[in-house]
Amino acid sequence: MSRPPLPYKTRDVVLPGDAACPGCPIPIAWKVLSAVFGDKMILVIPASCSSVVVGMYPGNSLRASVIHVPFASAAAVASGVSEALKKRGVTDVQVIAWAGDGGTADIGMASLSGAAERNHDFIYIMYDNEAYMNTGIQRSSSTPRGAWTTTTPIIGKSEEKKDVAKIMIAHGVPYVATASVGYVHDFYNKLVRASKIRGFRFISLHAPCPIGWRFDPRYTVKIARLAVESGLWVLYEYYDGKIHLSGPSRPYVDPSKRKPVEEYLKLQGRFRRIDDELLKSIQEYVEKNWEWVKKHM
Amino acid sequence: MGLKLVLTGNYALAYAAKVARVNVVAAYPITPQTSVVEKLAEFIEEGELDAVMIRVESEHSALAACFGAALAGARVFTATSSQGLLYMHEVVHWASRARAPIVMGIVTRTLGPPWNIWPDHTDYMDQRDTGWIMSFAMDNQEAFDLTLQAFKVSEDPRVYLPVMVGIEGFILGHTSMPVEIPEQNLVDEWLGPRRQPYVVDGSEYMAIGNLALPEDTEEFFMDIQNAMEEARKVVVEVEEEYSKITGRPFKGPVECFKCEDAKYVAISMGAWSGDLMESVSQLRDEGYSVGLLRIRYYRPFPGDYIFEKANSTKGVLVFDRAISFGSYGPIFLDTAASFLKHTRKTPYIKNVVAGIGGVNITSDDFSRILKRFVHEVESDGVNVFEWYHKGKVVR
Repeated sequence: MSRPPLPYKTRDVVLPGDAACPGCPIPIAWKVLSAVFGDKMILVIPASCSSVVVGMYPGNSLRASVIHVPFASAAAVASGVSEALKKRGVTDVQVIAWAGDGGTADIGMASLSGAAERNHDFIYIMYDNEAYMNTGIQRSSSTPRGAWTTTTPIIGKSEEKKDVAKIMIAHGVPYVATASVGYVHDFYNKLVRASKIRGFRFISLHAPCPIGWRFDPRYTVKIARLAVESGLWVLYEYYDGKIHLSGPSRPYVDPSKRKPVEEYLKLQGRFRRIDDELLKSIQEYVEKNWEWVKKHM
Repeated sequence: MGLKLVLTGNYALAYAAKVARVNVVAAYPITPQTSVVEKLAEFIEEGELDAVMIRVESEHSALAACFGAALAGARVFTATSSQGLLYMHEVVHWASRARAPIVMGIVTRTLGPPWNIWPDHTDYMDQRDTGWIMSFAMDNQEAFDLTLQAFKVSEDPRVYLPVMVGIEGFILGHTSMPVEIPEQNLVDEWLGPRRQPYVVDGSEYMAIGNLALPEDTEEFFMDIQNAMEEARKVVVEVEEEYSKITGRPFKGPVECFKCEDAKYVAISMGAWSGDLMESVSQLRDEGYSVGLLRIRYYRPFPGDYIFEKANSTKGVLVFDRAISFGSYGPIFLDTAASFLKHTRKTPYIKNVVAGIGGVNITSDDFSRILKRFVHEVESDGVNVFEWYHKGKVVR
């Protein structure tokens, strides 16, 4: 796909003066959404940072429609919206469930799985900032091993990150992708492809959080890119029964091209206490994940 | 006239949703509601009802999907019961706060633990403070009528609140009786097209449920309270109109059974009111001046009607099939408060809690309880509360 004209008309939808923290990846991603769908989108947002970022009643920082919903219900509400619009013959609006990793990988998992199994016609985007940032940085099942959070305050998270994209692939839905706020053109291309597919589409969007990850707000994009460059976050699309590696991740199929994970980790306060053993296990996770990706390409 | 069918209470709910021409049904099967969902699935798959059925993975999702579909402009219906209703409870609040017209059948059942599949009003009463209009049927005809009227009530611009219709599980849910279904064209004309306060379909920007300051939030609550006050009129108007197209008599938010000249009235809600009516008739034959006020709309609570009918009596006996632990039965609490709105000199008001967990209360039990109440009032020795259990009074 050719390079899209970003940031095409993004200001029309994402208004200045939203309630995001400095360096927050959410408005970056919304600008990409609006570059693809303009104002013709309905965002279904469960309890999350985004519930706050859209601003306070009666205001709204998005010139598009937003439905705030209970924490566990984004996929179910989006199913209802999508089916009702179809029934009414409204076809020019994209329904998007927009949920964090907690609302997706944890409390929202059952409704996500249900909507995927029923193959409802909407796009589900999990913006993965790897913890419950809105309530003060508590561990989610999508928090990576070793990361400090306020509920893993001394030894860090001891379990592996839950990989929701893989779970969605196992549901046999028509489109699954991973994306990163560090690669907006790639994210744009994926949304364009997703917009042309009918049925349930899932995008897992890696979204570094300066507050929760303990880094300088100016490094959001740099850190997002380091996750990809170190091979820790692999960008791909899954359709037609296999994985299609995305441009930015292609070089890193070769382990020698990957940057050391330390480079990614050392910029973040949440990994401050990581030791050699943990470092080794994170490196092993990278290798294991790449093996899985290559096996399914 | 329309069609007369022998239907279970559950099927009566399904038929009401069908003739209301709902566009979207979302449901999760749970005892004793299951056959509502099954019948609707059958209607849809046979092409008798042009609707989408979303077979969700939980009650939380059932109402969430209805909520989304309602916001997007569809007429929606779901039904649930007991534990499922509790699981759904969070979204129950969400629907009323967004002023989304939705109709839901509640096939009432007690709540575990212990596991118990039999009916009372525990699950229904748990939804008391959610901002939904709440009606409750006594028989299958009324289950149908109140459900169909619920669409008209919820879509009235003065109301714009969701409505739940209660029927007792198994007692009405699984037993059959003749139900008259009005002709489709009459219903279409009476009900009209879907009405709602706003539609989220991308045609204009809007944000539903944004974070709000305390003062704004309180205003949302006050608006619902105002809509409830309006709904008092609307439920009456809707039933009056409905009586005209069906020829069935107007009963009002509270049905008065031999209560006009009664010195003592009982107050009840739901299927066991039928047994109470029998008991009242029998006691009348024995010379007791008793009557019954049967609640058909529990929210908004018809306190003014009850006061008007019961204030000149000597005693009011309120039957509850639910308990607010550490306090009294919910209908009793509402009744007592309603009297205090009008007077400081109330008749004797007493609460009897019974029939919890599906315990069977017969018309003989009701007669015994009523007679004792009459004697208590006559001897000026009324206990405000009793729990009637295994034929005995437990205070």
